[in-house]
Amino acid sequence: MKNLNDMAREKQKQKKTIARDYIAMAIVIIAAAAVLLIFPNKSGPVLNISKNYLLELAWVLPAVMVIIGLFSVWVSNETVVKYIGRSSGIKGIFFSIVLGMLPTGPIYIAFPLAVALLKKGAKISNIIIFISAWACIKLPQELIEIQFLGIEFTFLRLVLTIIFVVLMGIIIEKIIIFTDRKKINEPGEKTVGL
Amino acid sequence: MLDFLKSHLTVIVINLIALVWLIFSVVRSRKKTKESLKIALKTFLRILPIIIIIVVFIGFLLGFLPPEIISRVVGEQTGFLGMLVTAVLGSVLFIPALIAFPLAASLLTGGASIMSVAALITTLTMVGVVTLPLELREMGKKITILRNVFSFIFALIIALIMGVIL
Repeated sequence: MKNLNDMAREKQKQKKTIARDYIAMAIVIIAAAAVLLIFPNKSGPVLNISKNYLLELAWVLPAVMVIIGLFSVWVSNETVVKYIGRSSGIKGIFFSIVLGMLPTGPIYIAFPLAVALLKKGAKISNIIIFISAWACIKLPQELIEIQFLGIEFTFLRLVLTIIFVVLMGIIIEKIIIFTDRKKINEPGEKTVGL
Repeated sequence: MLDFLKSHLTVIVINLIALVWLIFSVVRSRKKTKESLKIALKTFLRILPIIIIIVVFIGFLLGFLPPEIISRVVGEQTGFLGMLVTAVLGSVLFIPALIAFPLAASLLTGGASIMSVAALITTLTMVGVVTLPLELREMGKKITILRNVFSFIFALIIALIMGVIL
C-alpha cells in the first residue's frame, strides 16, 4: 500500500516539475525577446543560430524519443544488465564507449537515454562512460578533428580521453555507492531524478 | 561539404535505427508499439521546455560572443593560467564541433599552445554548463555535479599531458 502511495506522490511531483519547466520556458522566451528588442542589431545572428539548432533538433529528436520508447518496452532489464550491468566488467566498458560513439546527435539528448538505461539496471560507471563518450568521441566529429588538427593530435586526445573517461566512471561510481551507503537510513535525494 | 556530410550522417543513422526498430515493433506487437510511442511522447514533453531554453541560450551565446572574439581571448592566454582560463571558457561556452575544430586549428596556427587548444576542445565537449539544467533534471544532482567537476579536472590533465608529449 505504501508503495502505491509513494508512486502517486512521485507522479504528482513529476507533474509539478514539468509545469514549472514550461513556465520557465515561457519566461526565458519573453526575456530573450526583450533583450533582442534592446539590442536589435544582435537579433539577426541570435535568431539565426537558435533557428538552426531547432532545425537540427527537429531532425533527430523525434527519432531519439521513439528509440527511447521502443527501448523501454522491448529491451529487457536482463539484457541491459548483461551487457552494461553490475558484473559486465571490461565488456560493459567497451559497449558503453561504442554505444556513445554512434553518430546520434547533441549531448543533451543523451541524458534521457542514460536515465532509461539506468532504470533498466545499467552500472553507474558505464552510464558515465556512455555520456562522456557520447560527448567527446563522436564518430563523424573525429573525422573533422583529424582534418583540422591532424591525426597525431586527434589520436592522442582520443586515447587520453578514453583512459580518463573510464577512470572517471569508476571513481564517480565508487563515490556514489559510498555516499548512498552512508545515508541509507535517511531518505534523502535519489541518485536518479525520476 | 563536410558540414553537409556530418549533419546528414547523424540524421540518417539515427532515423534509420528508429524506423527499422519501429517497423519491427509494429510487426511483432501493435500493443507494445503503442506503449512505446506513448513513452516517446511523454519523454518528449518532459524535456521539451528545457531543450528550448538551451537552444535560446546557445543562440545568445554565439550571437553575442562570435567565434572571432572567443579566438582572440583564447589566443592571448599563455602558460598554465592561460590553460585554466581556456578550460573555464570551454566549459561555459557551447560551440558545436563543426565550428570548434576549425577555430582550434586557427588558434594553433595563430600561435596558441597545444595545451590551451586541447583544454578548450576537451572542456567544450565534456563539461556542459549550458546543458546543466537538463542534465540536473534527468540525471540528478549528484551524478551531474560529480561528472562535470571530474570532467573539468581530467580535461586539464589531458591538456597537460598533450602539451608535454606534442
